[in-house]
Amino acid sequence: MAVRTFIEAIREGLRDEMRRDAMVIVLGEDVGKKGGVFFATDGLWAEFGDDRVIDTPLTESMIAGVSIGAAANGLRPVAEIQFADFIFPAMNQIISEAARIRYRSNGTFGCPITIRAPFGAGVHGALYHSQSVEAFFAHVPGLKVVIPSTPYDAKGLLRSAIRDPDPVIYLEHKKMYRSVRGEVPDGEYTVPLSRATVTREGSRVTVVTYGLMVHYALDAAERVAGEGIETEVVDLRTIRPLDAATVLASVRKTGKCLVVHEDNRFGGFGAEVAALVAEEAFDYLDGPVTRLAGPESPATPYASVLEDAFLITPEKIATAIRTLAAY
Amino acid sequence: MYSRRVTNSGAPITPDPATRSGLPAARLREIYRLMALARALDERAWILNRSGRVHFVISAQGHEGAEAGICAALTPGRDWLLPYYRSMAAVLAFGMTPREVMLQQFGRADDPGSGGRQMPAHYGGAAYRIFSSSSPVGTQALHAAGIALASKLRGESQVAAVMMGEGASNQGDVHEALNFAAIHRLPMVLLVENNGYAISVPAEKQVAVRDLAVRAAGYNMPGVIVDGTDVLGCYLAMRDAVARALAGDGPTFIEAKVTRLTGHSSDDQQTKYRTEEDLAAGRGRDPLPAFRDELRAAGLLDDAAEAAIAAEVRGLVDEATDFAEAAADPDPGTLTRHVYAEPG
Repeated sequence: MAVRTFIEAIREGLRDEMRRDAMVIVLGEDVGKKGGVFFATDGLWAEFGDDRVIDTPLTESMIAGVSIGAAANGLRPVAEIQFADFIFPAMNQIISEAARIRYRSNGTFGCPITIRAPFGAGVHGALYHSQSVEAFFAHVPGLKVVIPSTPYDAKGLLRSAIRDPDPVIYLEHKKMYRSVRGEVPDGEYTVPLSRATVTREGSRVTVVTYGLMVHYALDAAERVAGEGIETEVVDLRTIRPLDAATVLASVRKTGKCLVVHEDNRFGGFGAEVAALVAEEAFDYLDGPVTRLAGPESPATPYASVLEDAFLITPEKIATAIRTLAAY
Repeated sequence: MYSRRVTNSGAPITPDPATRSGLPAARLREIYRLMALARALDERAWILNRSGRVHFVISAQGHEGAEAGICAALTPGRDWLLPYYRSMAAVLAFGMTPREVMLQQFGRADDPGSGGRQMPAHYGGAAYRIFSSSSPVGTQALHAAGIALASKLRGESQVAAVMMGEGASNQGDVHEALNFAAIHRLPMVLLVENNGYAISVPAEKQVAVRDLAVRAAGYNMPGVIVDGTDVLGCYLAMRDAVARALAGDGPTFIEAKVTRLTGHSSDDQQTKYRTEEDLAAGRGRDPLPAFRDELRAAGLLDDAAEAAIAAEVRGLVDEATDFAEAAADPDPGTLTRHVYAEPG
């Protein structure tokens, strides 16, 4: 197996799906000759041309809305929103339209689109190139929300997302693009949506997380392992529809649940996991379900010291694990 | 170019409607019948609402002429329709039946567009290439552009016709759609049915231009203004737009000046914000008698033919009403179905 960076795996996933299915197109800002601002689509324009790799105007609602229409007429659009921070002009198209077309048409129309967007902080992107947006979309029935953490999953989940008959929001933590590497098979494989995976087994504390935070949680688990705290890490991979069974099985084993995400804590996805665990695994708990999440600021500030103060770190996770393990 | 060819008194000006449009007499009578059917279904919906049998009506009265003329230049089965809530005539032209319209009006299980999930007049019909529509206005312009993009990339010769009111045309999505469609010369036609009111807000408080079609220049596409009471003028404008679209020459913006003969919806009382003079002027621009008179003046419709159409329409509406009222409600057990694709 070849070793790939996170972004290489995404690029290969796009390329392979475009080779497999002539109905797959890519559209977004700067996705053509430039290959995207992060180069996620680099090389696609050269291989597939203007018709299938479309540089759009700076109009995010158009990117989503045209994808919806194109999908209704037989295409499989993969839209790129240049930064998740800029997805808000497309919210009406995504929530009022994409998420509801199947429901409102009683199953007679579908909306097989994939919307990719880089999200997350830690690259000096300040308020508008750092946000986590997953909670907004996870709230909406009809959407699927995928957040991979490894190159293997990134490629396999992207393929599944493109082939899926429903709209998928596919979020890529940008700090992982070149910092995370992993083995990726050369041949055809997919990773199913809506299946979490246990990345590290442990007995004392369950950490439920996704995306970049999986790596930080694994780092934290190493740090506390020497102290005799065996941590289990659950990588959700898809946060909606949620693989509740994997989360609950882990918490029933460890009796303790820490949810970690970079997105804001209040009303964040961790609240949903916490409620699920409280409702379905209450009898197994011997410590408070705990959330470690972004602080109560609307977004990440620019100055390094402010950004550093904002960010979740492996040590912050380790501290939270220790606190929870002590119950 | 598309100006009206008949005087207000009904006196014909040559050429006659058949010569002017190139449409045979039978086709012209069919267009009239479609308008009459749309009107009768709409009027019945109001009666059902005021007698407490349906929850809501949003009316298309006054818009039938523009829609019937526009749709006469389209090819149902080939082309796509992106309707809005005043598109009664258009969805009938694309093949929806009076029964299906009434099934949606009553919110019944067999409503083909939504199975009773959507409010009345939120049309959709996969079998007819009528794309599912929503309530946030203007969003469908982007869907039309997307459908047209797919037509172009797949090499399909088809047109995406999208309809909306002038209020909706102010939405950013409409700008984004026109811009994108023009850049890629997509086979799309936008019909703005300008009835002068966005619920209660008059046109002069919505836009700083008199004619919305002038905005087309900003997208480097033709902007055409038609009188929505001139059915054949609408047809001719659309015939040119469809030819342009199919030739790969790109989208067209058509503005039809229409009149809204009723309140915005069954929950609106337009006498609160419109003067009696304004309302009377609006009634004078009803496309249904205008087109009837035009056909009669040219000898293309006589008393017997008009009476036969009226009787047929009345029968269809009665039958559709009875059928839909007696039809089954959706099963509450289906409430959470079709959120995602179902296996199999």
